[in-house]
Amino acid sequence: MKLTDEQRGMLNGEYGEAASYAMKIQEGVGRVFRANRMVPITRAHVALSAQDADVWFVEKLVGMGGKCKIAPTVNPSIDVPYLNRYLAEVPQEGKEIVSRTNEAYRKIGAALTFNCTPYLQQNVPAFKEIISFSESSATPYVNSVIGARTNRESSQSALCAAITGFVPEYGLLLEENRKAEILVDVKAKIRDDFDYQLLGWCYPLVYNGPEVPAFAGIEERPTPEGFMNFGAELNTSGAVGMYHIIGITPEAPDIKTAFCGKEPRKNIVIEQKDIEMVRKRICGEPGKIDFAMFGCPHLSIRQVGDIARVCKGRRFAVDVWILTSSLTKELAARMGFLDIISRAGGHIVADTCIDVPPCWWPYYGKNAVTDSPKCAYYNEIRKISFKIRPLEQAIEAAIIGEVRI
Amino acid sequence: MSVKTFKCERIAAGKASGPALVSNEAVCFYLVEPETGIIVEQNHTLAGRSMDGTVLVAHAGKGSSVVQMDGLFKLAMKHKNPLAVILRNPDPVFVSALLVMEIPSVFNAEEAFYGCVKDGDLITVDADNGIISLKSLQ
Repeated sequence: MKLTDEQRGMLNGEYGEAASYAMKIQEGVGRVFRANRMVPITRAHVALSAQDADVWFVEKLVGMGGKCKIAPTVNPSIDVPYLNRYLAEVPQEGKEIVSRTNEAYRKIGAALTFNCTPYLQQNVPAFKEIISFSESSATPYVNSVIGARTNRESSQSALCAAITGFVPEYGLLLEENRKAEILVDVKAKIRDDFDYQLLGWCYPLVYNGPEVPAFAGIEERPTPEGFMNFGAELNTSGAVGMYHIIGITPEAPDIKTAFCGKEPRKNIVIEQKDIEMVRKRICGEPGKIDFAMFGCPHLSIRQVGDIARVCKGRRFAVDVWILTSSLTKELAARMGFLDIISRAGGHIVADTCIDVPPCWWPYYGKNAVTDSPKCAYYNEIRKISFKIRPLEQAIEAAIIGEVRI
Repeated sequence: MSVKTFKCERIAAGKASGPALVSNEAVCFYLVEPETGIIVEQNHTLAGRSMDGTVLVAHAGKGSSVVQMDGLFKLAMKHKNPLAVILRNPDPVFVSALLVMEIPSVFNAEEAFYGCVKDGDLITVDADNGIISLKSLQ
């Protein structure tokens, strides 16, 4: 890999120990993926996880005097005071790792957004902008829906990029690797946001390869939340850093452009029966529930408003947790949604992830409802059994304490 | 006992030896028990086997942008990590985890290596010089 004088200087320690350490890791990645050079980035997102490796790595960089050249937005951790007050005392180990993680990211100069949908607010890239995004639902959104350029970074490689301000140029940063190779003919009816959860889960089951797929047969543009769900599930059931939807996403105005004039390497058909197979396999049977959880990925203000509309003037029979960004929570307060949901007995909690143990321990082993297959999957290890339903149906279930259909 | 050598390329520097643990499917370090190094992922071909002290020959990696590194870190803290890794299909998440954890590791091994290697063969990975040597059990 050819480095500029500035990049070579970083590697050799002229810009401090942290930049040199980060550059060495990036140089290794660039070498393996045959990058010819490193290119500047203008945005980064780090999938902070508040787990042992995460805090070790960021503290190591802080110890070396590291400071981000590009302030990255970061994933959620835990709103400890809120959960202490309304759920249960967060265990000591959880409190410690959260406070250490937050402090280290503050010192390194990250933007403490604690939100996993930076592409909807606070860190929205432009078409062809070169960026470094980790977080499995964020990478496909910025690449596919917006047409920005990032590889499927790990949280560590994205933090290295935030420190140096550069990324090795390979993979999805290059035009030729962004063209579609798999044509997916969608014959199933894909209409609402929930259909995209099922379609996203379905595709990697039908075909699991590293190539970029292009989905044809979808006529109506998905909502931002539909796109968000689609990317999240494609990357829970599989690993899809980029996709196209013919006639909708910016790099696929038509099949010819999406495939760069070439024939698809493979043709796949997804029919209604494939979607129904997924529904049957993952959504769970009707039955009683102990709580409800939403916000994997974090809900948008439109979704919070949808919840408020359904629960207005009613009472939830079980605990209801709605996870979102602090900005969306503030907006929900201004718009009256927070009052409506609070009066119904539900909680809107900011900065928090469904997957950060150990704050959700009172629910281990219980039954619940969610609208998110990703939420259900990552809670299997905690023996929480989730039934998955469209958002409004799930809210109705939380009002009666039971999933009826 | 015959010794064969194969060319490869460095991911992270270093040299280490151990018995081969061959995974023909993708590996996720998050689904490995840190205290024992035992793979606990249900339905994985290596379920119940331990990574501790082995040279892991991995077809590929899998998992979100966080879990691969977190799993490998926990294993390394308990000294139950593989001593070296030979990775067939590199992806950015797996490669950056190996670099950050400084596990001697290589990719782009000669195709003949994969036809030759069997579980338990004694392997030395010399990442610095790009050489794998394999002492077959047969």
